[in-house]
Amino acid sequence: MELMIESFPRLLNATLLTIKLTLLSLFFGIFVGFFFAILRTSKNKILYYFSYYYSYVFRGTPLLVQIFIIYFGLGQVEWIRESFLWILLKEPYSCAILAFTLNTGAYSSEIFRSAFETINKGVLEAATSLGLNKINIFFKVKLPMAIKQSLPAYGNEMILMLKGTSLASTVTLLDLTGVAKHIISTTFRPIEVFIVAGSIYLLMTFIIHNIIKLLEKRYDYK
Amino acid sequence: MEFLYFGNTGWGDELFFATLMTIAVAITAIFIGFFLAAIFTTFKLSKSKILNFVGNFYTTVFRGVPELLVIYLLFFGGSGAVMYVAKIFGYDGYIEVNAFLTGAISIGIISGAYSTEVFRGAIQSINEGQFEASKVLGLRKKIYYYKIIIPQMLRLALPNISNVWQITLKDTSLISVTGLVEIMRQSYVAAGSTRDPLFFYSFAAVLYLLLTFLSLKLFNKLEKNYSRGF
Repeated sequence: MELMIESFPRLLNATLLTIKLTLLSLFFGIFVGFFFAILRTSKNKILYYFSYYYSYVFRGTPLLVQIFIIYFGLGQVEWIRESFLWILLKEPYSCAILAFTLNTGAYSSEIFRSAFETINKGVLEAATSLGLNKINIFFKVKLPMAIKQSLPAYGNEMILMLKGTSLASTVTLLDLTGVAKHIISTTFRPIEVFIVAGSIYLLMTFIIHNIIKLLEKRYDYK
Repeated sequence: MEFLYFGNTGWGDELFFATLMTIAVAITAIFIGFFLAAIFTTFKLSKSKILNFVGNFYTTVFRGVPELLVIYLLFFGGSGAVMYVAKIFGYDGYIEVNAFLTGAISIGIISGAYSTEVFRGAIQSINEGQFEASKVLGLRKKIYYYKIIIPQMLRLALPNISNVWQITLKDTSLISVTGLVEIMRQSYVAAGSTRDPLFFYSFAAVLYLLLTFLSLKLFNKLEKNYSRGF
């Protein structure tokens, strides 16, 4: 019990990094996801397959491998070390965000793609016959419908990403899991630390869950 | 390419056995998961409020907490718990719990939480009439579960079991933090001694892709097999 109270401030402090990693990766991941979802609808075979294999590779390999390739692997390439990218790739923080972004981007692109695909053709025909132009159809018709459609699945993806950020601790970052591991390995009291850190994670999952519920209500146009 | 030679000069044989280890851990873990899921699904579907709570607690906690944290809990806590029991029986030394078991159990607990949700969903989507018909036929509960409900449930659950398998397979990479020599750990060792992390981690990615690709093919075949006549 004492250890739980003692370690709580440190764990809470580390939670900030976890939140930062989650939010930044999700933010960038949405753009990556949309980009590849749009490529998937392209009629150009090269663009289509590029997007297809991107999502295939990132969803078919563990996130840990992706982080390790980016953090340990890319630094070995001469031209990367000499380019401006090295400023980003030498820091574990930006490497972790890059890996998480690419990973969540792959999953989100699948979610967005299927959301766009399920839009009823009749709705688009109705919008066209009402005289809306392409841009209006995209922003006023397609996008809101796709957002509503993808919200439940995207909520799951947000929770997966939150859990995924725990891998940042493998590249020396002290996020919630990293600090928890450090406390466990110095005190050898895993259960207490697990309860505190686990509760913080569960609280964050709970918050995400409720935000998605609220958004679902907002986008419910029926 | 000489990195991948078999024998003393390359890492080919090491990586091959590491891949087998990954498969072994994943299969053990998913069966531990099925076993736990069988228990917790009955809890979740039972009429008892307490059992419901236990079932929900299990799936909420282990689907909401990062896998790595669970692994650390069992890795550091496992040997502590075993030593505690050993102390009662008068043994005072240090006992190290097998890394394979620690890994398989921790991944199995997580995989079980996902499987529980899959099983519960599958049972709930079986037509109510099937339950009623079995009762009308006067079948005992045990028989109608084993002969009527579970076979149908497995067919419905198969696509989602395939998803759980993919998650479990990828989660095994996290066991490398405990030192168990599976694909990730072996690549880490090889990358360290050859100073070529890019090659070995990319090769690890290829191995995982191969595993997920092959298992997807296998599950597609199973699904086709089990949905004959529907």
